[in-house]
Parts: sequence; structure tokens; C-alpha cells
Amino acid sequence: MEQKKYWKGLEELHNTDAHQEIVKNEFSEELPFESEGLLNATTPRRDFLKYLGFTTAAAAIAASCETPVKKAIPYVNKPEEITPGVANYYASSYAIDGEYVPVVVKTREGRPIKLEGNTLSAITQGATSAKVQGAVLSLYDTARLRFPSIGGTETTWAELDKQIGAALAGLGGAPVVLLSATLLSPTTKKVIGEFLAKYPNSRHVVYDAVSYSGMLQANEASYGKRVVPSYHFENAKAIVSLGADFIGTWLNPVEYARQFASTRKINAQKPEMSKLFAFESHMSLTGANADERYTHKPSETGAVALALLAAVGGSVTAPAIADKRVADGIKKAAESLKANAGKALVVSGSNDVNVQIIVNAINNIVGANGTTIDFASPSNYRQGIDSDMTKLVSDMNAGSIGAVLVYGANPAYDYFESQKFAEGLKKVKIAVSFNDRNDETTELCKYVAPDHHFLESWNDAEGRAGYYSFAQPTILPLFKTRAIQDTLLTWSGNTTTTWADYLKNEWISKLGGQEAWDKALQDGIVEPATAPALGGAAFAGDIAGAASKISSAKKGGKLELVLYEKVAIGTGRSANNPWLQEMPDPITRSTWGNYACISNKLAKTFSTQLGDDYEINAEKKVLKVKSNGKEIELPLLIVPGMHPEVIAIAVGYGRGNNVGRAAAGIGKNVYPFVSFNGQNFDYFTTDASVEATGQKEIVALTQTHNSYEGRPIVKETTLEEFIKNPKEVNEDRLELKKFGPDFRKDATLYPNYSYPGIKWGMSIDLNTCFGCGACTIACQAENNVSVVGKEEVAKAHEMHWIRIDRYFSGDEENPEVVFQPMLCQHCDNAPCENVCPVGATNHSSEGINQMAYNRCIGTRYCANNCPYKVRRLNWRDWNGADSFENNLYDVADMNDNLTRMVLNPDVVVRSRGVMEKCSFCVQRLQEAKLDAKKAGHPLKDGAAKTACQQACGADAIVFGNINDKNSEIYKIRNEQQVDRMYYVLEETHVLPSISYLAKIRNKDAAPKAEKESAHKEEAHHA
Amino acid sequence: MYRRVSILLRKHFVSVLILCASIVIPFSSVKAADPAKGKALFQTNCASCHNVHKKLTGPALAGVEDRWPDKKLLHQWIHNSASVLATGDKYANDLFNQYNKTAMTAFPQLSNEEIDDILAYVKVEQAKTPGGVKPTEAGAPEGAEDKGNDNSLLFGIITLILAVVALILMQINSNLNKLAGDKEGVPTPDPVPFYKNKAYLALIILVLFMVGGYFTIQGAIGLGRQKDYMPEQPIFYSHKVHAGINQINCLYCHAGAEKSKHAMIPSENICMNCHKAIKEYSGPELTTAEGKKVDGTAEIAKLYDYVGWDPEAGKYTKPGRPIEWTKIHNLPDHVYFNHSQHVVAGQQQCQTCHGAITEMDEVHQFSDLSMGWCINCHRTTKVQFADNNYYSIFEKLHQDIKDKKIDSVTVEMVGGTECQKCHY
Repeated sequence: MEQKKYWKGLEELHNTDAHQEIVKNEFSEELPFESEGLLNATTPRRDFLKYLGFTTAAAAIAASCETPVKKAIPYVNKPEEITPGVANYYASSYAIDGEYVPVVVKTREGRPIKLEGNTLSAITQGATSAKVQGAVLSLYDTARLRFPSIGGTETTWAELDKQIGAALAGLGGAPVVLLSATLLSPTTKKVIGEFLAKYPNSRHVVYDAVSYSGMLQANEASYGKRVVPSYHFENAKAIVSLGADFIGTWLNPVEYARQFASTRKINAQKPEMSKLFAFESHMSLTGANADERYTHKPSETGAVALALLAAVGGSVTAPAIADKRVADGIKKAAESLKANAGKALVVSGSNDVNVQIIVNAINNIVGANGTTIDFASPSNYRQGIDSDMTKLVSDMNAGSIGAVLVYGANPAYDYFESQKFAEGLKKVKIAVSFNDRNDETTELCKYVAPDHHFLESWNDAEGRAGYYSFAQPTILPLFKTRAIQDTLLTWSGNTTTTWADYLKNEWISKLGGQEAWDKALQDGIVEPATAPALGGAAFAGDIAGAASKISSAKKGGKLELVLYEKVAIGTGRSANNPWLQEMPDPITRSTWGNYACISNKLAKTFSTQLGDDYEINAEKKVLKVKSNGKEIELPLLIVPGMHPEVIAIAVGYGRGNNVGRAAAGIGKNVYPFVSFNGQNFDYFTTDASVEATGQKEIVALTQTHNSYEGRPIVKETTLEEFIKNPKEVNEDRLELKKFGPDFRKDATLYPNYSYPGIKWGMSIDLNTCFGCGACTIACQAENNVSVVGKEEVAKAHEMHWIRIDRYFSGDEENPEVVFQPMLCQHCDNAPCENVCPVGATNHSSEGINQMAYNRCIGTRYCANNCPYKVRRLNWRDWNGADSFENNLYDVADMNDNLTRMVLNPDVVVRSRGVMEKCSFCVQRLQEAKLDAKKAGHPLKDGAAKTACQQACGADAIVFGNINDKNSEIYKIRNEQQVDRMYYVLEETHVLPSISYLAKIRNKDAAPKAEKESAHKEEAHHA
Repeated sequence: MYRRVSILLRKHFVSVLILCASIVIPFSSVKAADPAKGKALFQTNCASCHNVHKKLTGPALAGVEDRWPDKKLLHQWIHNSASVLATGDKYANDLFNQYNKTAMTAFPQLSNEEIDDILAYVKVEQAKTPGGVKPTEAGAPEGAEDKGNDNSLLFGIITLILAVVALILMQINSNLNKLAGDKEGVPTPDPVPFYKNKAYLALIILVLFMVGGYFTIQGAIGLGRQKDYMPEQPIFYSHKVHAGINQINCLYCHAGAEKSKHAMIPSENICMNCHKAIKEYSGPELTTAEGKKVDGTAEIAKLYDYVGWDPEAGKYTKPGRPIEWTKIHNLPDHVYFNHSQHVVAGQQQCQTCHGAITEMDEVHQFSDLSMGWCINCHRTTKVQFADNNYYSIFEKLHQDIKDKKIDSVTVEMVGGTECQKCHY
């Protein structure tokens, strides 16, 4: 099978001179990058000797011949459940902004240090996302509010209660409004209800920064239920996404990605998989993973939906789709949906109620109701109705609201008319914020009553009707905060029952006893014993009405702007998280900030001077984007796969100065571009224009830091070809076979290691790796991987042990994308090992390529010799691990004593000048082996899990002992996936311990001749 | 220092013996009660609630026989206190009320003779002053310090003498040479005094360099190592008294050694498990390494102060404070060490690394905790290869044992000397 050309960016595709240059250079910056003046100074011999003497003396003093006296301080009264050095696990729930992920919290000596998915949950089955993995860091956020305050001065809770009590009593019947983001907790809602019942005309307004109001209202219009249904992607054979990024950001992506992944697991014995069509405006994670992807302008979303409805047999007249490719795509998608009726699903990311009604109509026709869409146990993921919020803002401005209590919402930042909200808030007599930090809204509130972090509080969450998950305190409150429920109970006059008791009583009466409640807390979940049957709903939507409204909606402009959420940052609620800020975006591979994504075609229309080195230089041209009467300046980023007439900008950036050092001053806020169409918020505009400013700004990209120079590292095929000949994808591996069975041993000068006990190995399935980045953040949390900051990322100094390489192939306007997690391959013939002059990196009898940090002297020979470029040098002292305090390079308070509580005490922090890389989570392997040894039985398969494996919601990573013939990894390599299994750069005979499974696309196989000619054309380009 | 203590102990022992004898002998002629037997019985049955001199859960036992009107009644009381209370005996009922109506545990298994033994022991004890026996003499311990078998000084002196002799001989040789030269008429250069002789100077510099280099390197290697480190602790806690004399299992206090990487310094509530009852020190005399006497009871009082316990009132009266012990065994941050691995999986004794801890009043670091020390042990120590089923996966090694190629498996053979066993 001939090799496709993969490129990580356009300059590689076109192989520009600048690209060739950078490939030749090992380092992306000029070396040395220390102060020039010092190095150019002429130093006489005597001075040199003086410096030498001084530094030796200084080093001796710093090394300190005096050994410091250390104290060992035991507990006065040791809590029974804590054994220092042994982790405790507590079930909890991540339920922020409507996302629902039951988790298990790992605590050490009473400190939560890691979140894992709760495998007992039927909804997420142990899956997590980058956001969930990063949430533990937010507990130790230095910007969290530490005490209640009135008018900016610290106060006591008693004083606050007194003043609020008096103020509320003096409202004189003016309504009290509790304004929150989507809440999943039924008991919290009950407490809110009891509080609001004390005040006449009061109401609870739910406001979501990125709204799904259109869907809720459409479901009300179509089915009489204002709910988000539960989706069952696992039952779908044909899926059409109309701009719904269900793998990355849509509703509850952790759940959907896992369901979707189950339809993408494939082997030669059972060559079946689902087919995903994506219609979208910018390149989303779902689009990148789609089998067929089409781009259109955001204003055409309705038209595409209508055309699809018509194509599946709906009684509407299809509007003309100008783009023939899209029109053909709709036809194809419709055929696929019809062919898989009852196993089909259409989802839409549009917040337009009419578009969603049409989508409901399509789903109704293709038999999704009751099969892939469940209305019997609907989900609670989003509850905000846009018109409720706009009404509240106008009521506030009219002065008719007595009190606004803000909980988890931040309209002063993310409401489209934030100024209007701020002015309205001034007219409200009592403004209270329960938010965790002094964010844009809290700044405007007189009374601040900070809530606990979710890891400090009791709570429950009902993600899907009948499916509950619980939260319990995993640490005593770090600050003088108080659970909002306690606060509301106090304010409603219930001073006898604490929230903990309230919740407990509520659940004991529901579950029928203390024992059941204890079990619920231990499991973390309460779910129906048998999954209830999926239920449909009778569709009664007004298709004609919706269709006519769609066609009369605002017409598309020449250039359109679309706002999207990034996988790691989302709505911006948790933006002050250095881990998430530094996580490379799956598509653009950029960190720390937002930017204007445009296509190469568009870039050329207003500036032909972008230059060949556009992607290589971190400094990007700054564009002025105008729309909707507002303008903003952001650096541009050329993203293959963007619609040529669309600009895409991520929300969640441009936060206020008080939200924390990581988020403040990063990027720009684009929520003001949101508009209200009378019924719903639109997250796109149709009248955008751009102009160059002549300025330049750094965008810290990671993918351009290395080059594979066109070597075949990714293998892929199509489903059709795989069914025809499953062996074809690995044809080239047959070449190696002819060298005989002893090739492994004979073809090398290396010693032939024997692995007498365990030999660790990993398998990564490129078909189910969606590139979401959960593994990267899980690894960061587990292994104390440093955060380096924007400037250092731009210098290619990022430290992630596992990165996800993103490659494009094919047409630059609508490329295919493949994600490849890349980490240390733990080669048996490791090229890094034999170039180390000090033996700091060497081989273990379990096949691990070990790294002894304290031996490393930082020559970087190993990194040079690594074919996979996975070794990371500590260019600076990121952790305060050096003897010299002034060497510390702190990014966003990562070295604050509070933040450092998140460090895993079983893994050291590395000092400057030391190489580091993936260790296969050796601390977990050692622990699992020790447990087995202590119990006196052989290591069980699955007892040792790496952090990336555990975090992966799609189960794309399998890890285990390949000497164990009953292990999953052995079976994958030798039984189930013989045809798809390959090693990256196998021809170099480095014998990696990580194998990959070739990607399979469920698309029509392109005729070979055509493909080859396309290749030739590309070669000519070069 | 250790020797000194043991001598003191011996002395102690003798005086106790004499004292006991002087009290016991007159009684023994009258009754057959044996205070030595009584002591053992007392410690098994009574000591958890009674002390001879002090009030614990129950009253102090000194003079108990005199207090009870009738010895028979006392026997009955000990066999079953409820039956005595039922008779309405005034003394018994007063006693019962005085101690918050806490019924005394019944000891029906004790025979009257055994009770008499215990009472005899109480009598012996009550004759002693409370707070333990004062040492008969406080004089300095006999300074019978052993000179040791270290002959290095002797060798040094001999080397020095030989060096001087060699120098003299060389000088004589050169003088004779010169004389011979003069005789033959061969002109010889003027003699250079030895301190200007380049050969000598070079030799001296070389020697200095080697000696200096040796000490520098040794010093550098020793940086951060602290073998024999014995810091002063906030409480004079004697492992010898607890783990040695009183035979308390190490794991009773250091419970983490079985479960965790940390052996765990016990929390104060563990101390109080025993020290609620043991309020004073009555063992052999304690001295610090410097020879200062230590009042054991005062050290227990320090514990009470930390934990906030009022021994008189018998309850906690103030919030506890943690004890800031000075950490003796310090490993660098980049070393992972797990106690449970060694204690449970490796079946090692605490003493292997910590030395004769049961002999130490003040703990010092027994091993140098250097990497060489760890590795050497891993090279020679055998794993529980046949007994622990975990190792069943090492098929080749099992085969080798069967084939008699090897007779056992060391830690090293299963990867125990690889970097990432301890460094990650």
C-alpha cells in the first residue's frame, strides 16, 4: 500500500525553504540564548581563574556542608483511615457547567492529588477529559477567594449573615433572583427552592455561557419536553454532526466520545464500524475525526439541515446548496442515514430553535427516537433558556429586581451585553456572589460569600434522570469558605440543619437507610439496577414553520465569524488553570491564548506577504476583526480545513485581572460578538471583516517543533480496503519477516536483553484516539510535569511527556486528520541509551527505558538521538528543585506552596539541566507489583495502569505485561489485531515497546490512480 | 556509653535484689507467699488498673491488706467483687462509690495462694519509696574504657620512626658518597639542605596532594551522609526501655512499616494507649550520651504536656500539640524507599538496617544509607523466591534452580539493582 503524505502544517506540505531550514536545525532558537554580552566578553586568564575559584566556592557553600536538620512531626491523634504514604480514594462528581463526570479522587495524607473516572458509572464508565483531569489543580488555585467580604473588606460569616438577613428583610417584596449556570444537583435545587419560597415573586434563572436553549425549546416544541435527551452514539451506525463537536465540547463530550469510540473498535474478525459525517464551519475535534467532512458558512446551517431533511424524505422543499461538494455530501449522508434507519443519529450544535426542530424531524424520520435518542431518561446537562436571561437583564435595568445572587455564572464576562448586565446589577439593591474567585461578576457584587471547591463539599448530581452521582469532602476547606447550600439554608432561616445533614437526610429517606447511603457514598453513584428501556417521543414539531423561519433568517455575508469552545478551556470558567492553558489545542496545537483561525485562501486575499516562514515563526501577524459593530485584534492562525469565508475564534479568553495569573491578560474576550436573535443567542455573525494591522504577536505552537521528515509513521486504510485485504495496511512489515525469526537478535549490535519476569508494552489504537488531550493532562498531574509558560513553549521548551501529534493529509482546504499520541517508546534497542556519557538512561529488565535524573548532566545527546523526539530537557528550574532559589522560573504561581500541594509525592520534581521523559508511570507499576508481592500472587493483568491509559475515555491505550499470554496487550498483538498492529519507525530496528493500530476510515476508497497523481502534484509543488 | 549503661544496670539489679531479699526473707519464714511469683501475677492481672503507689483506674494497692478488715473478704473481693458488695460491707461499698461505681474485674481463676503471692509482692513494693529505687550511689561509672583493638596509632608511630630512620640512612648514604667522592678527588656540589632539596620537596608535595585529595574525596562522598547521627530529641524516648526491656513489638508503634513506604512515627494517641496507665518511670536509670541523668517520669510528663493529658484528673484537659521529633534517617528526595516492601515482601528484620535498636536509649543512625550500602545488600540478599507466588512468572530462574545452576535468587537477579527501582 503506498504511503500517503502527511503534513503537520502548510509549510511542510509545500516544503518551503524556511521549513527545510528548520528541519536541518536541531534547535528552533539561536544557540546559545544566554546573554550575548557575557559570552563575547574577553576574559583574561586570571579573571577566568577568579571566576572559577568563585564559582567553586559558591557551589561548595550552596551545596552546604551542613546537613539541614529535618523534623518528623506525627499526628497528635491519627485519623484511622489515613496511613501516611498510602493513598485513599473517595468517590466524587465533576459537575461543572452541566458536564457530568463521576470521579474517584485520590488523596495522599489528606490532599487530593488526582482525579480518575468512576468506572461504576454506566454513563461515563470511567472516562475523563482534560478538563476533569485538570480540575484537581483548581482546588489549589491561589486566586480563590479565601473569606467572605462585604464591599471588598473581609468579614465574618456571622456578620455577613446578619447584614444579608437585614437587607433581604428590607426588600419590600422586590423579587430575589438566583442566577446560576446549569445545576445538576437535585438537592441543591431543593435548597434553592426553599430559600426562594421565602421571598415572593422570586425565581431561579439558569444561564449557560454557551447556550443550548435552542435545543431545549425545540424539544419542547417537537415533543413537549423541555429537556436534553440522552444520546446513545453506541447504537448508531450512521452519525451526522451538523456543527456539534460531541467529541470535544458539545454537552457532555466525555460520555459521547466513549460511546462513539465503542463503534470505532474494529479488527479483521469483525470489520465493522460506524460512519461519521461532519458538516461544520471551522475545524472541530469531531470534524477532525469524521469519515466525511464538509464545510459551509455558519449562516448556511439551517439550509444544510433542511436539505438533509428533504434528502431523507422530509416534506420540505430543499433550498439550493450552492457548494456542489456539500450538496453531494448531504445526499451521501442522507443515504447512509436511510440505509441505517434505527441505527442513525443526527446532532446539531446550533442554538437556533428552528434548526433544532428540523434536526428533530430528521431524527424522527431515520428512527433515532428510542434507539439512539432516549427521551425516557433525559439528561440534565443544560437547562438555561436564553430569553429568561435577557428578561432578567432588562428587569434589572428597569430596577424591578430586589436581589441577584450569582452562583457559578459570570455574565459580566460571558453575557453578550455584559455592559448592560453590569449596569443592571448596579440598580439591584442586593448583589451577592457565591463564585470562587474575584471574577468579572463578583467584582461588581457588594456581598461575596464564596462557595467551597467541589472537592471540599457535599453534593449530589443527577446527570441523567435516575442516574445520580455524589460528592463528598476529600479535604477540609482550605479557606474560610462556606458551601452555598449552608449559606442559603442559613438565609432561609434554617439554622438547625447543616447542609451535610440535609443532604444525608434527603438521601437516607430516598434510599431507605444509613447503610444504603454509606454504600452510595462509597460507590459514588446510584443508578437503576437495570438500564431502563430507551424511549422515544411522538414528534409534533411544526416543520413548515421552522423551515420558513430558517429561510427568512439573516442572510449570509461575505465573511462570517464563528465562535467556538476550545477542548481545554471551554467557556472560560476554569481558564485560570495552567495545565489546561498549556495543553495544546488538538487542532491548532497552540497553547496559552486565542487567535483568529482562517484558511490559507482567506489569508492570501488580504495579505500575500504572509511568507513561507509563517508557521515556523512564533510571531504571527495581528488582524483586526470587525463584526456586529465591535472589533478586536488577534493574531491570525492558518488552519487547514477552515471554510475559506469563515473566521473562527475561541471563547473563554480575555479574562479579568483578578481571576488569576494564568488566565489574566491571555487572549481576547469574543463573547461580545454573540448576538440575540429574539429567541436565542447566535454564536456567529455574518458581517465580519478583517484587516491587517502590521503588528505581530506570539502564538505558542507546539507541533512545528519537530519533524519526521516524511517518514512513514502513520498507517491508515479505508474500511472497504480493510475488508478486502486486512493484511494490506501492514504489507511493508512482511519485508522484515524474510530476515528470519532471529532477526530481532541478529540485526543489531545491541545486547539482546532478556526479560525474565515482566515485559511492559503498550498499544495505542489510532482509530479510537480522538486527540482530546485527557492523557496529556492526566500524565501532567500524575508525574509532576512542569508548566513552562507561553514564552518557553514558543521556544519549544514544553515538557509534556505524552503529546498528541496531529497530521493532515490530502486537500489543504478539507484535509483528513489523524491524531497520534507520541510518548517514549521504551525501545529495546534504545538509541538514547548508548549515547549517554554518564549512563543516566539505561534499560531495565522489564523493558523500561529508565531515566536516572540525578545522574543526568544534561548533554542532550539522548534527545538528539531519539527518533521519536519525546525527551524533554528542563531548560530552566520550573519547580524550585535547584539549590539556588533565584533560578526559579515560576509560571502562574505553579510554585506557590498552595499549588504545590497538588504534586504527586511519589514522583520527584526535576531540576534544571536534567532530561526527562515518559517512565510508563513506573511509580504505579512498582506499587502494583508490590501489592502483588505482599499478597503473594502474580501480577494480575490490569492491576498496573498508566495514567494516560486510565484517563482515556475511548480506551485507545492498552498497557500490560506482554510476557503474560493472558494479558490484553498480548492478545491484541498476537491474536486480535495482528493485521493492524505496527511499530512506528520499525525499519530502524529500535524495537519499540509501544505498538500502534492502523487507522481505518469509513469512507469510499479513492481510486488509486487518482491518489497517486495527487501525490505527484504535491511533489511538484515541493 | 552503652557499656556505661549496662554497668549501671547491673549495679541496679544487685541493689534491687538486696532490698527485695531484706524484705522478703522475714515473711517467707512465716508464710509461703512468693513475691516473685506475685510480681508476675500482678503484671498479668492487676497492672492495667492498679499501681502499688498510685491511683489508676483502681486505688493504689500499698497498704491494701491493712485497709481491709478481713483478709478472707479481700480474697472474695478479688474473686468476685459483686458478691462482696451484695453483702453490704461498708468498706467495699464506699470503695465502689468512690471509684464511680466501676466494678472491679472478677478473677475467679486466682487461687487464694496466688492472691497471697500478689499481696506479698505489693508489700515488697510498698516498702520502696515511690518513684522507683534510688540508686545506692551516684558516683561516676567505673571508667573501665576499653582501649580497643585499634592498632593504627601504633602502626603510625612505627611508620614515622621507620621514615625518620630511612631519612637518616639516606643522609648518611649521601654523606658517605660525598666523603668517598672527596677522597677520590671527584668534585661534588655543595650539599643542599634537605628542605631545599627538590626531590624532597616534590615528595612532600606529592604526599600532601595525595593525603589532601583523599580527605577531600572522602569528605565530598560523606556530604549529606550522617551515619551515627544521634540528635537530641524533644522527649528522651528510650527504644531500649520500650522495645528492649519491655519487649514491645516494633510494629505496635511503627504500624506503617507493614503497610506504607513510611514506617511512621507513632501519633501521640498510640503513646497514650499505655501511658494513660504508666505514669512514672521505674526502670533502670537512664542517662544521655553525655552522661547526664534522665528522669524518666519527667519525660513522661513531657508527653502529657504535649498531648494535653492531666494525669491527676485522668482526662484530657487541653488540646494536644504534635511532638517535633528530629528526623534521624534522611534519604535524599530522589530516592524512593518503601518500608513495607522490605518488611513484608522482603521479610527483613528492622535491625538489619537500624541496628540493635533494642539496645539504644537514644537512637542513632546505624547504617550510612548510602547507595553502595543499598546495592550491596540487594546483591547478596535472597528473595523469598519459592515461597512467594509472585515470583512464579520468573520461569527461567525456576528452571535454573531445578537444574541446580543456581541455588537461590538474589534481589539483583529479579532487577533489584536497576535505577528505576528506587529513582523516579
